[in-house]
Amino acid sequence: MNTHTLSVLVEDKSGVLARIAGLFARRGYNIESLAVGPTEVVGVSRITVQVSVESQLVLEQITKQLNKLIEVLKVVELDPQTSVSRELMLIKLRADPATRSQIIEIVQLFRGKTVDVHNESMTIEATGSPDKLDALLEMLKPYGVRELVQSGLVALGRGSRSLTERPKQDRTRRSN
Amino acid sequence: MAEEKILTGAQMLVESLERVGVEVVFGIPGGAILPAYDPLFDSELVRHILVRHEQGAGHAAEGYALATGKVGVCMATSGPGATNLVTPLANAYMDSVPIVAITGQVGSASIGTDAFQEADIRGITMPITKHSFLVTEPRLIPGAIAAAFRLAASGRPGPVLVDISKDALAGTGRFQWPDAVELPGYHPVTKPHSKQLREAVRLIGEAKRPVLYVGGGVIKAQAADALADLVKNTGIPVVTTLMARGALPDSDPLNFGMPGMHGTVAAVGALQRSDLLIALGTRFDDRVTGKLSSFAPDALVIHADIDPAEISKNRVADVPIVGDLRAVLDELNELLRGSDLPDLGPWVTYLTSLRTKYAIETEPTKEGRLSPQYVIKRIGEIAGPDAMYVSGVGQHQMWAAHLLPFERPGRWMNSGGAGTMGYCVPAAMGVKVGAPDDVVWGIDGDGCFQMTNQELVTCALEGIPIKIAVINNESLGMVRQWQTLFYGERYSNTDLKSLRVPDFPKLAEAMGCVGLRAETVEEVDTVLAEAMAVTDRPVVVEFVVHKDAMVWPMVAAGTSNDDIMIAKGLAPAWDEEEL
Repeated sequence: MNTHTLSVLVEDKSGVLARIAGLFARRGYNIESLAVGPTEVVGVSRITVQVSVESQLVLEQITKQLNKLIEVLKVVELDPQTSVSRELMLIKLRADPATRSQIIEIVQLFRGKTVDVHNESMTIEATGSPDKLDALLEMLKPYGVRELVQSGLVALGRGSRSLTERPKQDRTRRSN
Repeated sequence: MAEEKILTGAQMLVESLERVGVEVVFGIPGGAILPAYDPLFDSELVRHILVRHEQGAGHAAEGYALATGKVGVCMATSGPGATNLVTPLANAYMDSVPIVAITGQVGSASIGTDAFQEADIRGITMPITKHSFLVTEPRLIPGAIAAAFRLAASGRPGPVLVDISKDALAGTGRFQWPDAVELPGYHPVTKPHSKQLREAVRLIGEAKRPVLYVGGGVIKAQAADALADLVKNTGIPVVTTLMARGALPDSDPLNFGMPGMHGTVAAVGALQRSDLLIALGTRFDDRVTGKLSSFAPDALVIHADIDPAEISKNRVADVPIVGDLRAVLDELNELLRGSDLPDLGPWVTYLTSLRTKYAIETEPTKEGRLSPQYVIKRIGEIAGPDAMYVSGVGQHQMWAAHLLPFERPGRWMNSGGAGTMGYCVPAAMGVKVGAPDDVVWGIDGDGCFQMTNQELVTCALEGIPIKIAVINNESLGMVRQWQTLFYGERYSNTDLKSLRVPDFPKLAEAMGCVGLRAETVEEVDTVLAEAMAVTDRPVVVEFVVHKDAMVWPMVAAGTSNDDIMIAKGLAPAWDEEEL
């Protein structure tokens, strides 16, 4: 199984997320992470979805099936080599005055932030690639993770080109 | 935006339907859709046909669409009215039939509260529609209707649902007909890529055992004449799937009939031994391919379809061509004209020998009882190739697909992908409404008929004189056949005991139809003559037939096409040395 990142531009209409989630569910595609949010264009949302697939053919079929949805404007695979991708993680740790400064040191190494402190706990915010966040989590685990929340991956292609600029016309290019 | 006027949402709906050219709506009113029925009552352009069950409305819309090439329309109220449309929507989705379903929804303030007769029909139908709309404001109704009709009819056709809340129908607003339908995410590719077409031509120029594997897309694209030209230009043998029967006349010596689970030995053999499949408007359905890994093992594949997602979905295409079949075939013909193709003589001779050796059996009787194959063949001979034929799902459907006179495209309607029992009667009703001057014969089974025959009441009262043949083998025949073959003849719940209960002719008469029955070979022609003579009312003819008749050939589910059987335990001799 290989993981791929798809950026899906959609019309911001009610039910569009249900259509996409339903498509993945009923055709048996695996979603590893999902992030949805607005874009710089009013009325256009961007869904970043990580999928794990057995073959390139399955990925192609997912892309085609997504493109068949009327409210999907564009589907682009983001190559990790030519894109930047980030996840956000919030971690609530057990922390007393004795361990607090050690934790802060680790968090600073990973360029994370402390966003909440309490007598017995502290909450850390960290962003980065999934690998970096995994590494941070490994370091923090010994202190006791009380609660953790993680966003889906978001990603942008490198360079000046913009997904929202290019029209959808050439979306069936791969099959032609 | 020529003119603007203040209308109720319901009036906007009816005006919108009129503007897109709707002539017929099949439906049933109810609470939430009730506002729409008031202005519909006054429409001089739209005829509403009051069906007896919403499923009937949906299949009738499909039949109408298939007969006319236009978008069929059905209408229902919220909740159960809408959910009764689920089966026809799923059917239309599988078989790419352009219909628009309009459903009433509870008032927008009540949506999500489990209100009386509330069902999230947009959510329910998401996986079985091309698209669906929920409209909760009057001013948005015209745009939704315009978009729904454009979506249903263009690209790969399919069903579209427009769910309208009661307050949107009852409220008022400024009517604005959209100048252009804005669907920024919808750009069906119709023009095929010339590079791929040239590559296809190159492969055709090298193939020694090519086959045109023709699907329903050719009929939908109205490209049968272009297919005929291609066959004439190239001499390539043709197989026509269940959905494509009639795309090339069966009388054409190069048409080897229907492939698949119950395909002819010649058609199945053609695909299995081919070195090049030219797949046109077809989707490598499991009922055609059998076990996919052993399907047409030596063939390269050219696959042309309007839907890019069908290409390389089941079988990887060596040459993918996305486009309208009409354009694809026209351009292929242009490119192939005058080109030098390999001699296909030995290949055609081989397939012709298979066809001669393994013809479909049509003995008039078996064990003293009428044989269903004979009955269906006789209906076709008497009604002729110009009649419209609609079938249900099961054994009778397979026999009809082999034995009716398929000489013209668009004369054969059946439920292919979904396999919807109960399709026949309501679909035949829709076909007859769309083609009132044609003779419409429904070939149905006793099982299917008992699912939706109530629409014969609609036909009788609305002046829709269809003819239905009930091929009565007193059982769910296809399931029984599987029990015979795979479940040790344990006939669990397939015996309908329908020899006289229901009494089909009496049932027909109770519904305002003519009811007839044939039990012997002699009676077959007599009742068919009687049935053909009735033109003012629907006719139901019951044919009491041999119970143990089986559909042959057969490729058992999940096995290879190479293991096709021509009778129980009997495989054809392929005589491949002839190749």
